Amino acid sequence: MNSPIVSIQHVSKNYGKQQVLKDISLEIYEGEIFGLLGPSGAGKTTLVKQLAGLEEPAQGENYIFSEKMPRLDLIKRIGYMAQSDALYTDLTAKENLDFFAALYGLSGKEKRQRMNEVMELVSLTDHLHKMVTDYSGGMKRRLSLAISLLHSPGLLILDEPTVGIDPVLRKSIWESFKNLKEKGTTILVTTHVMDEAGKCDRLGMIRDGQLIAAGTPEELMQQAGAATIEDAFLAYGGA
Amino acid sequence: MRITALVIRILRQIVRDKRTMALLILAPILVMSMLHLVFNGEEYTPKVGLVDLPEKIETQLNLEHAKLEHYQTEKLAKKDLSAKKLDAYLVFDQMPPSVVLEGSDPSVNGAVMRWVQGALKSLQPNGGNQEVKADYLFGSGDMGQFDYFGPVLLGFFVFFFVFLIAGVSFLRERTTGTLERLLTSPLRKWEIVAGYIMGFGIFTMIQAAIIAWYAIYVLGMLMEGSFGYVLLITLLLSLTALTLGILLSSFANNELQMIQFIPIIVVPQIFFSGLFNLETISEWLSWVGPFTPLYYAAEALRNVMVRGFGWDMIYKDLLMLLAFSLLFMVLNIAALRRYRKI
Repeated sequence: MNSPIVSIQHVSKNYGKQQVLKDISLEIYEGEIFGLLGPSGAGKTTLVKQLAGLEEPAQGENYIFSEKMPRLDLIKRIGYMAQSDALYTDLTAKENLDFFAALYGLSGKEKRQRMNEVMELVSLTDHLHKMVTDYSGGMKRRLSLAISLLHSPGLLILDEPTVGIDPVLRKSIWESFKNLKEKGTTILVTTHVMDEAGKCDRLGMIRDGQLIAAGTPEELMQQAGAATIEDAFLAYGGA
Repeated sequence: MRITALVIRILRQIVRDKRTMALLILAPILVMSMLHLVFNGEEYTPKVGLVDLPEKIETQLNLEHAKLEHYQTEKLAKKDLSAKKLDAYLVFDQMPPSVVLEGSDPSVNGAVMRWVQGALKSLQPNGGNQEVKADYLFGSGDMGQFDYFGPVLLGFFVFFFVFLIAGVSFLRERTTGTLERLLTSPLRKWEIVAGYIMGFGIFTMIQAAIIAWYAIYVLGMLMEGSFGYVLLITLLLSLTALTLGILLSSFANNELQMIQFIPIIVVPQIFFSGLFNLETISEWLSWVGPFTPLYYAAEALRNVMVRGFGWDMIYKDLLMLLAFSLLFMVLNIAALRRYRKI
């Protein structure tokens, strides 16, 4: 492990009176798959939105590639996939890719090459010219993932990437994460599925806006004296 | 039982959605009041110039119910007529006198001619069968209401549809999450606004050209000036509609709430754009006109289409439309700050 790619330092956030993040500090290192685990409403999305540059912390700072967020030139080096698919359903997959590739300044041969690569990675090459309306839920999810990979980001932030995806597909998506990791991409993924959390290199457990534990899945289970990640989560959560 | 449950649920939903409730109650009140004010307005009082009127005749005329101005020469009267200080003037060089009308508004023409008939009645003791000879500075006696309303309607339709379509499509961008996706890309906020303006600008250019072409060449709407100016005016008007539509879409949560802006923002503009004579609208309401983009567009369109004027008569209106667009654009960029600070 070398220098941290993401450094979250004492971040708090509140919407009015409701405190959604409470003094979170966390570091994510180059080339790891880091999982943010917690129930819905725990504050995972708020935290990753800050890292994607959409929101700012009320207190504390977020550093990405050792620079303070939010900054437009940092945004270019991040790939972000939100919970909603954020696709133009009245366009074809290729037209969607074309549009987003252009936003990141890709063109010509490079663009075509990247488009083929990412579509192959999510096994959608055969459906390139289909309208997105005709895509199934899982296909849309994979197309969203492909779009977030277009500009070869060094950091990939994925908010619940496998929600509503069947186990076979989920497995293939996780395999593509491993491929990306081997190519040096750092991945931050949020999830509320406990067995998925076991596939991450390291985990951060979030409950009610607080980071209750962080470490490798094995460490977390060992320290809590639990046999599963679910039991570990319950132990740290004080339940 | 099921029906009552349904009724209760619907009532609950309406009561909870304060905006829809306001639309259901306040909007009809607003529109009804406007119609009342417009149609129960005062009878139009024509402004008439009297050129070289012999005193002997003046005593015989019934000169009530008009604003009168005396002129020594026809030239001076004509100058005021072009400047719209007068609706018409009468020249007493022969009997019966001849009348020259400004002519661009058929309802004003009608009011003037009715007044002239009444005023001259006493000069024609034997029943008054003599026709008064009428000349028109712009337009003509057979210019219909449509020729006068046409330019306003043209502007209105462009404004209405661009407003709605641009607003809804930006709203979709927001509700489907693609706006958020755009903001996690290096795209700058002003680029989003500019992109929308250009995309829809091209679309509305085509739309305006088709509507104007249809109105002029198919429906035979009066067209004295240049078609190029008509396109320029409609383009600038659609720019204000577009920027306003996008701006207001950030205050709507779904398509229905976007529609709710129509009676609030779009319909009132019709009343103040010159479709109805502004001078007959109650004074406490007539100040609204200059705050609506359609007011300027309608005036410019009418100057080109009815009066055949060119650049120097419309550039002020065009500048006002541009100013509206710029204001809305700046507000748009500010509104996007809600989603991303930088």
